[in-house]
Amino acid sequence: MALSSLERNGFLTARLDDITAWARKNSLWPMPMGISCCAIEMMATASPRFDIARFGSEVMRFTPRQCDVMIVAGTVNYKMAKVVRKIYDQMPDPKWVISMGACASSGGMFRSYPVVQGIDQFLPVDVFVAGCPPRPENLLHGLIELQKKIAREAKQPSASRRESISIAEASPAAGKGRGL
Amino acid sequence: MNERIVQQLRQFAPDAIGAVEEYRGDLTVTVRKQEIVRICEFLKADPTLAFDMLIDLLGVDMYRPEGRFEVVYNLYSIANKTYLRLKVSVEEDDPVVPTLTGVWPAANWHERETYDMFGIKFAGHPDLRRFYMPEEFEYYPLRKDFPLTGIPDSLTLPRR
Repeated sequence: MALSSLERNGFLTARLDDITAWARKNSLWPMPMGISCCAIEMMATASPRFDIARFGSEVMRFTPRQCDVMIVAGTVNYKMAKVVRKIYDQMPDPKWVISMGACASSGGMFRSYPVVQGIDQFLPVDVFVAGCPPRPENLLHGLIELQKKIAREAKQPSASRRESISIAEASPAAGKGRGL
Repeated sequence: MNERIVQQLRQFAPDAIGAVEEYRGDLTVTVRKQEIVRICEFLKADPTLAFDMLIDLLGVDMYRPEGRFEVVYNLYSIANKTYLRLKVSVEEDDPVVPTLTGVWPAANWHERETYDMFGIKFAGHPDLRRFYMPEEFEYYPLRKDFPLTGIPDSLTLPRR
């Protein structure tokens, strides 16, 4: 979109898909699925120091019906998986999922019978954010990558919407390290 | 105090008292399984003992042929500021223990947890359902022969 044409002529032309994607990606309302310690970092991300509002995602809604992106922040066990999926199902389309932290992405340190070894087994995850817990900057990085992905998908509507992105930590830790 | 507890227990139910251990002031008494409710009622009701509080109730898997499981009761007397630990031996082929919910209502959830984790049933329990694990789960995860990483496909996930 050429904003200069808006200044010059008072209007702009663009593809509807691009406009919609631009609006969507800059107002991603998160469903804060904070189910363990990652939620503390997610709250810090919303705090003034890191300020998720800079990316249009400050409106954390506690009802799935008003949300666009579910941030799964924490260890998901088998009993909770059904709840997480139910909440995800209640979110209106289009919707996205950020898997925040080692536990949600791979089970993390809980290589144990009640813990789901990665939420991609029952949710279509768009972005995996590494860390235990990830620093707020890393979650913001994940959000920015999701925004890029939404813009990219608008360019090629038929392309596979379900590619996943892994956000590595600054250290060479794996983004989606399964089964260590 | 501990000597007096043992003495009163022996006097009350001489046949039901097994091994008596004391370690650094902590008294542990092994008790016959069938007598556990009667003994606990006595410990609670007796005005000089007055064990009015059930601190904890748990299971142990010793993983041996004889007396595989143990159920441990930790009691506390607020008036005497005294702890007492009772133990009951449970066999693998008959993992049933009388419930203590009639003595201390606090036993309710502890016994459910013990049942969920070890498969020890509590006869007479008002609501013996799974505690942590889903209802349809068929195993007892804290038994020593249960693999740490679980049994594949024993727990279901929602569809992708």
